[in-house]
Parts: sequence; structure tokens; C-alpha cells
Amino acid sequence: MPDYAHYATGEPVVDTKAPEGPVAERWDTRRFQAKLVNPANRRKHTVIVVGTGLAGGSAGATLAEQGYHVVQFCFQDSPRRAHSVAAQGGINAAKNYRNDGDSIHRLFYDTVKGGDFRARESNVHRLAQISVEIIDQCVAQGVPFAREYGGLLDNRSFGGVQVSRTFYARGQTGQQLLLGAYQALSRQIATGGVELHARTEMLDLIVVDGKARGIVARDLVTGKIDTYFADAVVLATGGYGNVFYLSTNAMNSNATAIWRAHRRGAYFANPCFTQIHPTCIPRTGDHQSKLTLMSESLRNDGRIWVPKAKGDDRPANLIPEDERDYYLERIYPAFGNLVPRDIASRAAKNVCDEGRGVGPGGQGVYLDFAEAIGRMGRKAVEAKYGNLFDMYQRITDEDPYTVPMRIYPAVHYTMGGLWVDYDLSTTIPGLFAIGEANFSDHGANRLGASALMQGLADGYFVLPSTINDYLARNPHTEKVDAEHPAVAEVVAETEDRINLLLSVDGDRTPDSFHREIGELMWEYCGMARTEDGLRKALARIPEIREEFWRRIKVPGTGEQFNQSLEKANRIVDYLELAELMCLDALHRAESCGGHFRAESQTPDGEAERRDEEFSYAAAWEFTATGGAPVLHKEDLVFEYVHPTQRSYA
Amino acid sequence: MKLTLRVWRQQNPETPGAMATYEVDNISADMSFLEMLDTLNEELTLAGDEPVAFDHDCREGICGACSLVINGDAHGPERTTTCQLHMRSFADGDTIDIEPWRASAFPVIKDLVVDRSSFDRIIQSGGYISAATGTAPDAHATPVPKPDADFAFEHAECIGCGACVAACPNGSAMLFTSAKVNHLNVLPQGAPERETRVLDMVAQMDEEGFGGCTLTGECATACPKGIPLPSIAAMNKEWLRATRKVRR
Repeated sequence: MPDYAHYATGEPVVDTKAPEGPVAERWDTRRFQAKLVNPANRRKHTVIVVGTGLAGGSAGATLAEQGYHVVQFCFQDSPRRAHSVAAQGGINAAKNYRNDGDSIHRLFYDTVKGGDFRARESNVHRLAQISVEIIDQCVAQGVPFAREYGGLLDNRSFGGVQVSRTFYARGQTGQQLLLGAYQALSRQIATGGVELHARTEMLDLIVVDGKARGIVARDLVTGKIDTYFADAVVLATGGYGNVFYLSTNAMNSNATAIWRAHRRGAYFANPCFTQIHPTCIPRTGDHQSKLTLMSESLRNDGRIWVPKAKGDDRPANLIPEDERDYYLERIYPAFGNLVPRDIASRAAKNVCDEGRGVGPGGQGVYLDFAEAIGRMGRKAVEAKYGNLFDMYQRITDEDPYTVPMRIYPAVHYTMGGLWVDYDLSTTIPGLFAIGEANFSDHGANRLGASALMQGLADGYFVLPSTINDYLARNPHTEKVDAEHPAVAEVVAETEDRINLLLSVDGDRTPDSFHREIGELMWEYCGMARTEDGLRKALARIPEIREEFWRRIKVPGTGEQFNQSLEKANRIVDYLELAELMCLDALHRAESCGGHFRAESQTPDGEAERRDEEFSYAAAWEFTATGGAPVLHKEDLVFEYVHPTQRSYA
Repeated sequence: MKLTLRVWRQQNPETPGAMATYEVDNISADMSFLEMLDTLNEELTLAGDEPVAFDHDCREGICGACSLVINGDAHGPERTTTCQLHMRSFADGDTIDIEPWRASAFPVIKDLVVDRSSFDRIIQSGGYISAATGTAPDAHATPVPKPDADFAFEHAECIGCGACVAACPNGSAMLFTSAKVNHLNVLPQGAPERETRVLDMVAQMDEEGFGGCTLTGECATACPKGIPLPSIAAMNKEWLRATRKVRR
């Protein structure tokens, strides 16, 4: 067994920023306690924001509106392309416009419970409070949410919740919210409040005297590596699902910014908490580059099944009714096809592992609308799901009105991320993490329509309040520039890494390594994890890393637009992050939310949480590449929502 | 299937480019067009050649990054984005021409990658509603008639890919600009800046070097999101209204 798994446990990590008192008053109290920066002094402060998705775009715009000088980065050619754009379903808010019993407290309760009791109550309550303001803000910006004939906003229910609190813009809610934030940001770019660097990727963090003071970034067009300095740095760089190679993430979404920050001292919390979404279009072959999500609303009317017999490769319509296994309806008679995401995903994996999967490689299950079409008529099904059926047909060339859809689970979201306190500050003073990049609000499982809510809550409302306190208390009088020894060292390390990647000149492409680490993670750190499998992965990852540095081939030079170099450099970080994810999964010998340890299940095969031992967030401290990290536990206390075991049978 | 690709290669903006010919084999009909290019790039990399540079990100038709002229058509033969175009739209033995967006306002960066920052500057000139965070009234304070909300949404669907410009014989950005003007100008929240928005955005569009509109309609035919051609007429109406109303 490699030394990596012999981690030490350090001092507990504690959130010192959330005030005492009733949970509903904490955010007001904190905002009053926080120091302010005089409006006239704000322009003297520079804040770096990395990323322009929902969290980064809204934060950059809002900080500039407040008068700060914002320097913002995105690796895309335009801030409008950040991957938040692809979110389909909607955004939750406790508006109670339906008069159906919703409230801030109910949204708070649902989110803590949905996260399987692994999130911090103070943060989640604040999220529920702010959800209401987000909708107001977005409507004022012109976000075209769905409306009813009376001109008021429409809502729908989502993900098994009992109220209708989801606001949506057809199947493109993420796009519309992102364009709202992008337009607010564009307005600030025009006024000079935001200095935007597009096609520029952060490669490392600059820490001087223990505080985050800037970043090292590469201009992806010219290849020039440059330094940027600030009084505080905000990472809004999204999740790390692409470590699995195949996921619903965009191709270029990556973990470099948060991983480099982790290497510089920011703790990484709950890295093994990954959400696997049950209804994605299955892969068609080795050429597959990414997976596409289909809205889980399809499970409202579609019935999921596989053949009863192993290796039954007859077309679906030739398999008689009594030779089909509607396994969700059989195992979970009460919830049937509407069980939560994690349960539906695991069940699909189980039947495929038994050799009963359908489609290419047996990696798929049927989602059948024949019964719905018979009951409701084709017209009604078309009205409800037409756009999804069209998307499915375009990708697979199969008509889902006559042939059952094939679906399979895919990596979709990462609940883990940089550890942050109530102020969204990481363990490096002056470094903040917002949106999917942090770990704070979703615990071990994220509910549908909550990611958009969290990204915008952090960016529009939370960070712009809390960062004042840091900037007021840390008036940086000492200027930092490229001559500073700490800065020169980071730049040199970055340049060395780039040069090394270019000089190996081996015989394997970046993609081949990405695919290899992704397949390993999917196998051993995917939907079901075992001690055995995780130990295998932990033994294998250092070997892949060693092989990478021996055999990687990156054509071209560093002084040019070079997409192979971009990819290879991101894979360097996946090869380290993967190891931490496996270790975190190994150490958490319980099942909770999206983390299922086969050793910890109830007699009927459900996830079994072990609160006495694991009611904490695991925050890991980096020591060295391949060296055992140090575990810092943040104990989770539940004063308002009392932990219970989930049951859906 | 086996294909012959003729691809625009250009090292950087300063160096002249040229078409290069490649053969690819074992292409599956289920591959997306970009996955077919991935296959080519893996082969080029192993041979020690530089892979073909192209913009792409979400690969599900919504981010607007991908941008190829395929056999003379922006985004190729189907009405969708290049990332959602599949190889089943082609036949074994086909020769496929692949070029970048062609427009003077979209200079080539490398190979098939172009600079579309001119679109961002059009948005910066007025494609927003000034509503600083925290100033908003309750979302239900101003009802929006459903037809107006639907009209706004239909135009807000634009993904900013630039196919409209690439397809237009004049390299005009009228469809892109009108989509944003119409999205915001129809909403009550957008009314206070209605005139300055359309005047400033059209002025910026001209400044960026986009061509004039002669209503050939190629833009709306190429648009993967179906922004309708009458969008341009609606913007012209807004512009005329604004010039009458605002003395500048």
C-alpha cells in the first residue's frame, strides 16, 4: 500500500465567521458585524475574479458596481460561454408564489435533508433566504422566465420536492441566467470597472506572506505567461467532474485553479462527493468525448426497464412484457421510477453489471414511453417532452416515440470543492471560492435546481458583503510585483512545468491519459465504491502519473495558441486530484448521498449513513505530490434539521 | 466510413493560410463532427504534427463556441451547431471542406479559431438593462404579458456563435444585434434604455466593421437557434423610432 493512504489527522477546522444565535438571524448579524470599505476607497482595491459563470459573472459585476477595481479572467473566448450556460432545469426560490406551503424554512429543510446531512446549517439557511432576492434581481435584468397568461411568473416542481418553487426559462434556464450576469458584467466592462482577460487561463496562485495576492495566468492566444496582482482573489472556476473524462461538463471545464490553490494551502473538502445523474444519453463508442444530460422530468412518465434475461439482445419491441424487469418499480414500489438521483443511478449500474444492460456495450437501460403514449396519447407526450425527444433523436438517430430511449448515468456535478467558512473564505486569507468551486451548501447530494441558486447567491449577494470585511481589515500597503521573490518562484515553477510538458516528446497523447484516469475513476470511485477498489486505484494512480511524465506528447511550442498544451497541463492536476478523491472515498467508510460505499448498506441494499463517526466535513491539507495529506475535520452540528435515514421502498 | 478532409490551416494571424488535405478512416456515423476532428487530431499528434485548432466547449449546442464553415455552410448541412452535427449526415468517400468563419470583423487566430470579441463589444455598448444588484423590486411588481415574455425569450435564445455573420454575403451582424435589442426592448424593465440601447448597439456594430444588411436572409437560415428574420425588421423599427425620439 502506498504511503499516500497513511494520512495524519490534524487540528479540527472551524468556521469562526457564522455568528451565534437563531439560524434565521445569522446572516443579518454577520452583515452588521462585517467591516465596510468607504465607497471612496473602494476603487483603490483590486479584486481578481477567475471565471465568468453564474458565480463569477455575478460577483465581478456586483463588486464593480460597488466601486472595486475588478480584474476578471475566463479561458473561453467570451464570458458568455461559461458552462453555467448549459444548465437546463431551473432555479429554486422560496417565493411561495403558489401559496402551496413553501417558505424559507422549508427550502432550508429540504436542502439540508437532500444533502444527506453533510452540509453546514448556517450556510444553507442563508442560501434559502437569498433565493428570494435572486429572482427579483434576475427579473430586473430582463431574464425571460416562463410566465403565465396573467403576466406573472410560472413555477414547476422538481426533483421529488413537494412544492412548486422552481423558476425556469424553457429548458434553458442556465443560459438565460448566465446571459443576465454576462450583460451586467458587460455593462461594467464598458464603464472600466471590470478589466476582462478572455482566453486567459489561471495556472497558479500567488501567496505572499500567507495571503493571496494574485495569480499567474497564460494568455492562450500568445502563450505569454503573466502575473496579475490584487488585494484579494476570488475563484469561481466551477467543479471538477472532468476528472472522469466522460461527464456532462464542458470539454474545457477543469480543476487547475482550485487544485493549484489547494497546493498553495487551501484545504479541499469532501472531494469524493460527486453527483451522478441517472438520465443521460449512453455512450456510443470509444470516440465519445462527452455525455449529454436529458432532463430528469422524463422519469415522471417514462418507465425504466431491462430484459429479465442476461444477454438478451432482441430489439425492445420483440421482448414480451413478462420478460421485462421494471426494476425500479419492483424494488421501490412506493416511489417507483421517481426515486432520487443517486438511487436511480446505482440501480441502473447494478442491472448493467449483471449483464442485462441494453445498447452498445450493454451500458444502458430503457426509458420507455409506450405506456405513457397509450395512456395520454402521442400529442400530450409531444407537448410535454417534445424538445427532449427531438434532442434525443438528433444525437442517437432513433425515434423515441416508437423505440424506447436508452439512458445511462453520468457524472454531472461535484459537491466537494475548496473548504470555505461562512464568509466564503478559504483557509488562505484573501482567497475566496464561490459557486461549484467551493463545498459549502449541498452536502453529499445536490437537489435539482439548486446549483444555479447557489452560484448566484454567492456571486450577487454573499461574497460582495463578506469580502468588504476582509478588505477593510487588510489594507495592503506593501505593493507586490513581479520582482518579489515569492512571485518569481511561482512564475518559474509554472514555466518549468510548461516547458517540461513540451520537452518530454513521448508517444502518448494528452487525451489518452485523460481517458485512462477517467476510466479508472469511473470504475473505482464512481457510483459504488469499495475499499478494495479504492486501494487498487490508489496504487494505480501514481503509476499513471509516472508514465505521463515519461510518455506525454505535446506538439508545438508554448509561445502560441496550443490546445494540446492546455489539455496536458489540466491533466497534470487531474492526476493528483484523482488520488485525493479516492483517499477521501476510502476514509469515509459510510454511505451518504452520492457517496455509496458497498460495505455500508442496509439489509435491503440502501445507503447507510454512520453519523456517530462521520458527521463532519473532511477538509484535506496538501503536503506534497504523492505524499499523504493531512485531514482536518469540521464537525457538523444539526440544531434545526435532525438527521434521519432515508427510505424509499 | 472513410473521408477526405480539406482543412484551413493558418499558423497565426500574420501568416497566410492554406487548405491542407487529410484522410480519415474508421469514422462512425454516430460520431459528432467534432469527434471526427478529435480522431484526426489524435492521429496528427502521434505523427508529431500540430493538431487542427478549433473552438468548442459544451458540445451540446448551447455555449456557442463551435464555429466551422462545412462545405460552404455555417455549421454544415443541418440546422444545428457543429457540435450537434453527426457524421451520419455524410457518406463514405465524401470530401469535406472545413473553413473558419469568414468575416473581416472575425479575424482568424489560428486554423479554424476566430476572434469574436466584436460581439462582446456590441453587448457592452448597450445590450443590458442597468439594474445594479440589490436594487430590484419584487419580481411580481411588474407583470409582463405572456406574448411579450415569449417574444423576449425567442430572441434571448441567441448563443452568440456568429453563424449569422459567417453566412451573410455582407458579413453583417444585424441578426445578432437585433436579437439582443428585441429581447430587452420588448420588456417593461428594458424600456428606460430602449432608445439609447438600439442606437448605441447599431453604432458599435458599424464601428466593428460588420457589413450592411441587404435582407438576403442567409443569417436566419444558418442560425442554429432559429432567430427569425423579422427580428431585423423589428430592430430597424426600433432604430427609426429612437432616431425620431432622441436628438443626438
